[in-house]
Amino acid sequence: MRRELLSVVANEGVGPYTLLRVARGTLEPGLPGQFFMLEAPGRLLPRPMSLCFAPPGELAFLIDAIGPGTHALCALGAGDGLHVLGPLGNGFDLDVERPLLVGGGIGIAPLPYLAAALRGAPAVLGFRSDWHAEAARLVPNAQVCVEPQLVTELIPDGMDVLACGPEPMLEAVRRLAPQAQLAWEAPMACGYGACYGCAVEIDGELRRLCVEGPVLRAA
Amino acid sequence: MLLNASGCLDALTAPDVARSLDVFVTKTVTPLPREGNTPVRIAETDVGMLNSIGLANPGIDRFVTRSLPQLEKLGVPVWVSVGGFEADDYAEICSRLDDEAEVAAIELNVSCPNVEAPVENVTRIVAAARLATRKPLWAKLSPAVPDIGEVAKAAQTAGADGLSLVNTVRGLKLDARTLRPVLEPGQGGLSGPALKPIALAAVASCYRATAMPIVGMGGIQDGLDALEFIAAGAQHVALGTVLFADPDAPSRIRIELHAAASERGWNSSDDAYAIAHEESLSLRTT
Repeated sequence: MRRELLSVVANEGVGPYTLLRVARGTLEPGLPGQFFMLEAPGRLLPRPMSLCFAPPGELAFLIDAIGPGTHALCALGAGDGLHVLGPLGNGFDLDVERPLLVGGGIGIAPLPYLAAALRGAPAVLGFRSDWHAEAARLVPNAQVCVEPQLVTELIPDGMDVLACGPEPMLEAVRRLAPQAQLAWEAPMACGYGACYGCAVEIDGELRRLCVEGPVLRAA
Repeated sequence: MLLNASGCLDALTAPDVARSLDVFVTKTVTPLPREGNTPVRIAETDVGMLNSIGLANPGIDRFVTRSLPQLEKLGVPVWVSVGGFEADDYAEICSRLDDEAEVAAIELNVSCPNVEAPVENVTRIVAAARLATRKPLWAKLSPAVPDIGEVAKAAQTAGADGLSLVNTVRGLKLDARTLRPVLEPGQGGLSGPALKPIALAAVASCYRATAMPIVGMGGIQDGLDALEFIAAGAQHVALGTVLFADPDAPSRIRIELHAAASERGWNSSDDAYAIAHEESLSLRTT
């Protein structure tokens, strides 16, 4: 676990989202599905973000500006500094035979890095609008749908599903593919097991998502 | 000494952070296991954060058999935070910990802000704990009482060796869209910078009322904050919410604290102890 002051390389718009690229410093990119805590300027607590890309010398995060912290992150400019802690948590198990990436909305964030690790595995992505679906260009080899069609309608049988998206989507994927690996989200203050804020029900018990996850087996 | 505030660090998931402290204080342990509150459990506010974890802990049996042996291996003195609903709960746990050599001290989490008679409540709990253990007892108090100095005196009379000041104060955050509570249980404990002036006042009041050893905490973000607590009458300081944002905070704050003392011409931050209570400011103006 390492925390470092990193420098912003660029902030790029991707549909309604923002791709925040920072110089990597000495931080390791970690495994797809692992996450980092990003200092949000002017806010007390950092924000958890899974790694979207690991270009040479950089770390890139896809951010949806939904609150004061994510707005502050999206407002950063080239040369600005921010503290980054990570990589944290458990990523996806890459030892799969027939991978299929499933993403919904901002939940596609970890999929570009995952797709690269799985050498361009196929993906199915769902978005709420064409504007949001512009982010699909970040994921190679992707089939895209927009509401009212649901991404779960695009999942064929017999695939090793690796999914990230909103909770209702993950619940639906869990029913379709009990062996799926699902990347969950929860409010976190620390990201390293200190605050107990990110408790979710795992095996019938409330446990810390940052320590046990964020990637969990569906069943 | 530099400590963590109870519930703000898990030494087993972050051993290096625990080792950067002089004392590791556990999350509050209760007689029976507690799963804690249903999420959402935390929320950031503009000036702090709210939590309603609900004293999630494995219970005293599992704590003694599983957690303590692992904590011992860290090589950092361990204080165990103890909680309960009745004085007997505290006594039971203190008695269980009395023979555990690796427990350096016990912190009594007697901060429940819903108690109507804080002086009687603290007296009952501290006295029961005192009968149950020879370990040093630190009473962790809530600042949300009419006169915290009176509560501190009661803790001292009942046999406490020191005070931990302060616990969180109750707060509420509403979702801007729905105007409903963000936290599932509704309200939560407010920590972070918003708590600092409240905590400093509590430290100063308890120092004047008792002159007991005090661990000061509440919104410490940097070395100067820590120095203010020492000046108000805290011998030791603890870090809470700042650890969530910055696990390197203990080493950073040590350096900043030393620098802040040096800038004022002191060899050590100990020289600032209780200086806020001295009438003359001549030391600072010459």
